[in-house]
Amino acid sequence: MQRTVWTLLLLAALLSSCAPVNLNATLPVFETGVDPETWALIPAGEFLSGQFNHQVAIDYDYEIMITDVTVTQYVAYLNAALASGELEIVDDKVTGYYTGDEFRGARHEVEITAGNYIYVPLDDPASTFRYDGSIFSVKSGYENHPMTNVSWFGARAYCLYYDYRLPTELEWEKAARGSEDGRPFPWGDEIARNQANFYTTRDPFEDMATFGSRTTPVGFYNGLTYDGYQTLDGASLYGLYDMAGNVWQWTGDVYERMHYRFMRGGSKDSYEMDLRIWARNNATPTYYSPGVGFRCVRTPLK
Amino acid sequence: MQFIKDRFIYLFKSTKGLILVAIVMISIETALFGMLSGPMADLGVRDVVVRALKIDLVHAEREGRIIILYHSIAMAVVAIEVYMITSLLKMKNFYRTVARAFVTIGYLMAMIFGMAFAYWGHNWVLHGLYITGLSLIFFAGVFLTIGLWPWDKEYHIVDKAYAQTRGGVDMERVAFFTAALTTLISSFFGAIPASFYGNGFETFLAENIVRYPDKSVMEYSIIGHLHIMLTLIAVMLTLIIGRWMDFKGILHKIAMPLMIVGTIVLNLGVWGVPTPLEPVAHMVIYVGATPSMLAALGLVIFGWDKLIRTGVAGIKKPTGWQKFKALIRDPLRFGPLWQMVFMNFTVSGLGILMAVRLDEVFRMWPAREERVELTGHWHVLAAIIATIILLYYGDMLGFKGKLRQWYGWGIIIASNIAFGAVTIFEMKRLFISEAEQQPLVNTIIYLMDFGLGMLLVILALVMFWRLVDLFNRKGRWKTEEKQELSGEVK
Repeated sequence: MQRTVWTLLLLAALLSSCAPVNLNATLPVFETGVDPETWALIPAGEFLSGQFNHQVAIDYDYEIMITDVTVTQYVAYLNAALASGELEIVDDKVTGYYTGDEFRGARHEVEITAGNYIYVPLDDPASTFRYDGSIFSVKSGYENHPMTNVSWFGARAYCLYYDYRLPTELEWEKAARGSEDGRPFPWGDEIARNQANFYTTRDPFEDMATFGSRTTPVGFYNGLTYDGYQTLDGASLYGLYDMAGNVWQWTGDVYERMHYRFMRGGSKDSYEMDLRIWARNNATPTYYSPGVGFRCVRTPLK
Repeated sequence: MQFIKDRFIYLFKSTKGLILVAIVMISIETALFGMLSGPMADLGVRDVVVRALKIDLVHAEREGRIIILYHSIAMAVVAIEVYMITSLLKMKNFYRTVARAFVTIGYLMAMIFGMAFAYWGHNWVLHGLYITGLSLIFFAGVFLTIGLWPWDKEYHIVDKAYAQTRGGVDMERVAFFTAALTTLISSFFGAIPASFYGNGFETFLAENIVRYPDKSVMEYSIIGHLHIMLTLIAVMLTLIIGRWMDFKGILHKIAMPLMIVGTIVLNLGVWGVPTPLEPVAHMVIYVGATPSMLAALGLVIFGWDKLIRTGVAGIKKPTGWQKFKALIRDPLRFGPLWQMVFMNFTVSGLGILMAVRLDEVFRMWPAREERVELTGHWHVLAAIIATIILLYYGDMLGFKGKLRQWYGWGIIIASNIAFGAVTIFEMKRLFISEAEQQPLVNTIIYLMDFGLGMLLVILALVMFWRLVDLFNRKGRWKTEEKQELSGEVK
């Protein structure tokens, strides 16, 4: 009898691991009051870079979006770029042209030739937008969430379309850290569960028993209370949100002898160690995931 | 006073006492610092521990802390191996005593002062004492290696059942000597870069730089060092288990030369990593790993065959089922060999799969996924080594009957569940998408936590019993005081 009970319990546990995940589970909707169209000016000058605080200078001013690019923003781009013929839809993928990288034949280096590459998939159930054959639209509730499931090519193309570009790793780091000190997180030295969206933070968008973690709206961690959930202000010194957690952010550097592109910031699925400002992640430029997004930089408007 | 003196003599002069102290130290460190990461951090236990113990977790120093943590645990494991070797093999008393004294003081210093430095602020005196501890362990290795010198006529063997040269040189002793000597040399590949990176606590974890095409000599050196040191600990343990099981016969004669050649070639490959030979180093490592693993396979076949033969002795025509029952009737002797086999599923097999399909599969995933595989498979290897030691330790404790069964099978089953779950976790991207993984991940995490939790509970129970036993005037410790492992070879 006892053996049967244990066997049944074990079987139930194993079966529960095969339970399908409802990717369309109800999403809470919150207005954060943070405008994704806002840019922050990062002045030229020195700052402490990396884990060991090496002094580095960026000798020009630049502006960076204070939030990740949202699904609404990206969908608007997709519709505009599709209309202007800059995108192609092939095999359930939105693709676009890339001029290719110089190939040096290093070990494990994969050649990125000129050609069309995936921007976003259309058949991925984790995508936060829809395509009805002619128009792209946002899945309800995701309007102010960061755009995810977007490849490096797709992120770069968005920025270029509006005469912006992806930040270099150094630009990203300076924007996250500021010039005052060698802080590990955009807001300071310590991290609390309700200061950023990372693994098991128990935010209103997370249910670890079923679908796991989900993105939070951009700028969600701004000190406001949402339906009883009190956040701490996670803004950087320059007023940027989500520079730690929520989604990994593609950066623009193309390094010699490797095809990988680098991401910064950590995501909803990261432990806090990957939210430290110097933590890096990388992937092939065609990689996309529900935990990867981006933001852009631009030259300051005169 | 006599009470303390007797216990002190047992704990720091007898083989089994020394092993017990090292296991206790590892247990305490694992239990304490295990609360700072993983599920314990998620559950909020870490915050409580950090506050209660006033631990100073500077975020920029995480990598340095972890390196010291790994080293301090590894040093205690090395000490256990030194105690076992010096108890199992004949050795001049001087070398035996000095090796034991140095390794004991060394690992305790490394553990206590290293961890204090890493987790309770940067007092550089503590760091100096930590380095002194590591240095003492190195010198313990020097004395051990000299003590193992196999060409001394005193250690020649005449029993033809064991691998030997025509002149009677004990090939098994040569294998021990080779592993000890190459361990000493390989330690430089960590010590030199450590002096470089440790100067100012500026360091890195190898798993974070694997994809960078251009690595410095120091970085390559560390990558080589961490791989070979764990491998050599495993090689040494395989030899120890072989000695405990009185490995002999034709398989011994095949296995020992293979182990010697494998160890040398493996090391040559790893030493080539920080040199211009790096592009071919991997191939050399594969060439070296193959005979080493074949030697271990020889031990497994010998050991299992012995278990079966002993178990069915007296049965005229044993059936397959009877043979199987004979094989698994003693988990403490079946277990170490099974763990070596199981390692192939969770470590070697995975490593080979990764090597063969690296660019096509694993490097299509983000670096953080690759990191999970890298750290996962060597954590499992380290933990398997620990379980093999614990199984052997169970035999040293003289567990009999149901206690032996519960202890042995408890360790085997709990560890296999945990390590199997870790392996599925590492490979999950092969069969499930990121968006749909959570229910599977939950089950895997439960299994991991259950397995590791059970292991720690078993360990805690044994340690508690040993503690209570020390208060008993005629306790188990009194029996163990004079026992040597060479007297328990069977």
